[in-house]
Amino acid sequence: MSATVATPAAVGGRRLRPGFLATRKGMVGFVVLAILVAVAVLASWIAPHPPDAIDGSRVLAGPTLAHPFGSDALGRDVFSRVIFAFRVSLAVAVGSTLLAFAIGTPLGLLAGYRGGWVDAAIMRPIDMLLALPALLLAVALIAILGPGSAIALLAIAVIYTPILARVARASTLVVSSQTYVEGARARGASQWRILTRHVLPNAVGPVIVQATILMGFALQIEAALSFLGLGAQPPTSSLGVMLADGRDVLSQAPWVEIFPGVAIAITVLAFNLFGDGLRRQLDPRGVTR
Amino acid sequence: MSPRGSFVARRLLFAVPVLAVMSVFVFLMIRLVPGDPVQTMLGFRATPENAAQVRSDLGLDRSLVSQYVDYVGGVVHGDLGRDYVSRAPVSTLLAQRLPVTVELTVLAMALAVLVGVPLGVSSAARAGPLRTASEGFVVAGISIADFWLGIMLVLVFAGTWHLLPPSGFVRLTEDPLGNLRYLALPVITLAFGEAAYILRTTRGAMDEVLGTQYVLFLRAKGVSERRIVYRHALRNASPTIATVVGIQFGVLLGGAIVIETLFALPGVGRLIVTSIQQRNYTVVQGGVMVVAGLFILVTLLTDIAVGWLDPRIGEGQGS
Amino acid sequence: MTAPILSLDAVGVGFPTSHGRVSAVTDVSLEVREGEIFGLVGESGCGKTTLAMATMGLLPSTSDVSGAIRFQGQDLVGLDREALRRLRGDRISMIFQDPMTSLDPAFAIGDQVAETILAHRDVDRREAKARALGLLVGVGIPDAARRYGDPPHRLSGGMRQRVVIATALANEPALILADEPTTALDVTIQAQVLSLLASLRERHRTTIVLITHDLGVIAQVCDRVGVMYAGQLVEVASVEDLFARPRHPYTEALLEALPTVHHERGDLRVIAGRVPDLTDPPPGCRFATRCPHVMEVCATTPPLADEDPAHAVACWLSEATQRAGGHAGIASGGRS
Repeated sequence: MSATVATPAAVGGRRLRPGFLATRKGMVGFVVLAILVAVAVLASWIAPHPPDAIDGSRVLAGPTLAHPFGSDALGRDVFSRVIFAFRVSLAVAVGSTLLAFAIGTPLGLLAGYRGGWVDAAIMRPIDMLLALPALLLAVALIAILGPGSAIALLAIAVIYTPILARVARASTLVVSSQTYVEGARARGASQWRILTRHVLPNAVGPVIVQATILMGFALQIEAALSFLGLGAQPPTSSLGVMLADGRDVLSQAPWVEIFPGVAIAITVLAFNLFGDGLRRQLDPRGVTR
Repeated sequence: MSPRGSFVARRLLFAVPVLAVMSVFVFLMIRLVPGDPVQTMLGFRATPENAAQVRSDLGLDRSLVSQYVDYVGGVVHGDLGRDYVSRAPVSTLLAQRLPVTVELTVLAMALAVLVGVPLGVSSAARAGPLRTASEGFVVAGISIADFWLGIMLVLVFAGTWHLLPPSGFVRLTEDPLGNLRYLALPVITLAFGEAAYILRTTRGAMDEVLGTQYVLFLRAKGVSERRIVYRHALRNASPTIATVVGIQFGVLLGGAIVIETLFALPGVGRLIVTSIQQRNYTVVQGGVMVVAGLFILVTLLTDIAVGWLDPRIGEGQGS
Repeated sequence: MTAPILSLDAVGVGFPTSHGRVSAVTDVSLEVREGEIFGLVGESGCGKTTLAMATMGLLPSTSDVSGAIRFQGQDLVGLDREALRRLRGDRISMIFQDPMTSLDPAFAIGDQVAETILAHRDVDRREAKARALGLLVGVGIPDAARRYGDPPHRLSGGMRQRVVIATALANEPALILADEPTTALDVTIQAQVLSLLASLRERHRTTIVLITHDLGVIAQVCDRVGVMYAGQLVEVASVEDLFARPRHPYTEALLEALPTVHHERGDLRVIAGRVPDLTDPPPGCRFATRCPHVMEVCATTPPLADEDPAHAVACWLSEATQRAGGHAGIASGGRS
């Protein structure tokens, strides 16, 4: 209702800080993520104890200063185990999303830019993948290929590829109609050049935003698959494996179960906040809304 | 045909290729298993005789096309093959399990809608403590993994307070009250994240409608704010909400696989997981087929509901 | 002279934005007389819509309104929400620019008219329906009984605007605020809608404030006109007087921008320079940056003063403004 009023003031908006740091939420997300990634990379230095060190005197012992998250059924330090398991979970989440990004983006770009039968040939199968429950698809794939972290990574990538292709296509449709693309076309630039120099750089922003948010949720999916015994296999431990193991001692030692779940929630939240912050800069047209 | 009818017809036509592709995928599942699926299935029980028996049961000794035709023919007649552990027909197994999954997911979605929609409506277009609280609920619902929430609920309600059973099941037909007691925690677990998501969607759709010119005109007419929100805005936000509820039902069905396993509910999801562990591929195939088919059915029902709710689709102006 | 039905006294409207407070309307005083059609003209963003929204009590709660807006003697500024709601659609109605988006897409047009009656009158549904149907017939919806149940998207833009007008008329209001009621319509439909509005005044003695950027529309139906620029009211006069003897340089520029005085649309944006930023605006006459006659005194805000009973202007070139502002004789009069 203030549309008529705001016109003069809307001229010359100022931007205080660049991009993802412009909002407080984006800033918080960025800082938390930076810490989490540092923890994953530097796990061997940060973890106070070896994750597999068995201590018979500390079986199911509660949190202390030396063992802030307590100990598990074998007396292993839960804090150190969470750090190493988080590293595995994060690797699967990042790897699966990047794989889906690398496949989905070109597919969506091509479908959106070429249109016609190319669009149909690419998007029909993708729409069919989207017509199935995502987790069911992942479970079915693992049923065929067998359990494991690498397979879980692949399965999540299969779930994510159609989603990212859809966003890339929508974004490309917006960008393709812009004057600079039509200008390049009029100048007789090659298709390849237009796609890589003009369309891709301008269309990829929303895909990055969506991928960032999905990366957080990949952690939840990985945990669910591992919890079912379909993801990481012993001796590898992920957060989902820890949650599956801790169930047997839930009532005696709830800390074994609480902290891995909190780690997942914080990571998902951080990716979400960071993605929302990125959206302001990378998706001004709101393709991912 | 009426525009609304043709809209539904188009959606029906999309469901057919989806089902077809899915049947190919499910059919190929066993054939795609690396190595010899029969050896993998039978494991240490494998002898040359029973291996040959299983191979011919599965039709693996014939051409792929004739196998597929047989498979689809069987599926159409309700024959999904046999369970290689219990020797029971897969269709019988699924018929026992499906009601549990349907009850779980439908109850969870109903709870999510009953919580999410009113909270989304009442927190739309206004600042204040309710908006802040709903914001917090959305953040929690999105961040927290559903099965972990389930574990925490077990810890509190079953472990500490002994209010509800931590796992197990009785059928609705045997003991309705007991059935609800067993389902309470799984339903709350599944509904929590969904309610947050539906809240966010509802609030977004309501915010959008409440910012439109026609709402401004309703205010200019002196229509009460209550009526504007609950009659006009909610009515116009309903196609968006219904669409999201339909899409999210797929998420619920996926979540049910984990939650059924967590709470030891005898549903299709848990059947799929245990069958994967036992390499009981025919059962996995049947389970995947049934869950996917259920979701396609829900999607179709959603499309019909949206077509009915959205006045523009009814006029053939929608896509 | 008839009594004013609406009188604005030193009305100001401000909005907080991320860049500071915007003064959308500054110190506007104005009287609208019962039974007249009063035109309010100015470029988009000049504050004319804000003024109407302030009268209706429809501005966002973050805005602040100062001064007094008296409707039939009652000050509407600071009136509680429920009292304002009871006035809206009953004693005062408003019509918006775009008929395509003014109606709820999910409800039958007839019910949307009836709803306005039910919101204010203690009648049953059947009675409201009957009255709504009568209103639809009255605004010239052909075959109204059959169209009553149609959703808005089955109607053309002109027909939808008639439905909007029928809604505005539903409770026989004393005052209608029409914000660019014809801008979104094509020219022939425009004329029909304008003559419909004009006929209302004849039939019901309804007072109409017609907000527009189009001087052609003003010339067709208005009795008096107020010219706004950048949140300030710069000139008020009878339509004949304004077109014959414009006093404010901005009004002059507006009239010069018209190809012909009658029936053609004028494009106001041809005047050189740009509208000042209303965030923290400089003191004085807002038109000074674009005015060909700008003087030193223009850094002081010129008061709106009566040149003669039918013509008021806020410009230091005017003797009335000079007298009212205590600056007699400063301007030597630089007009040609």
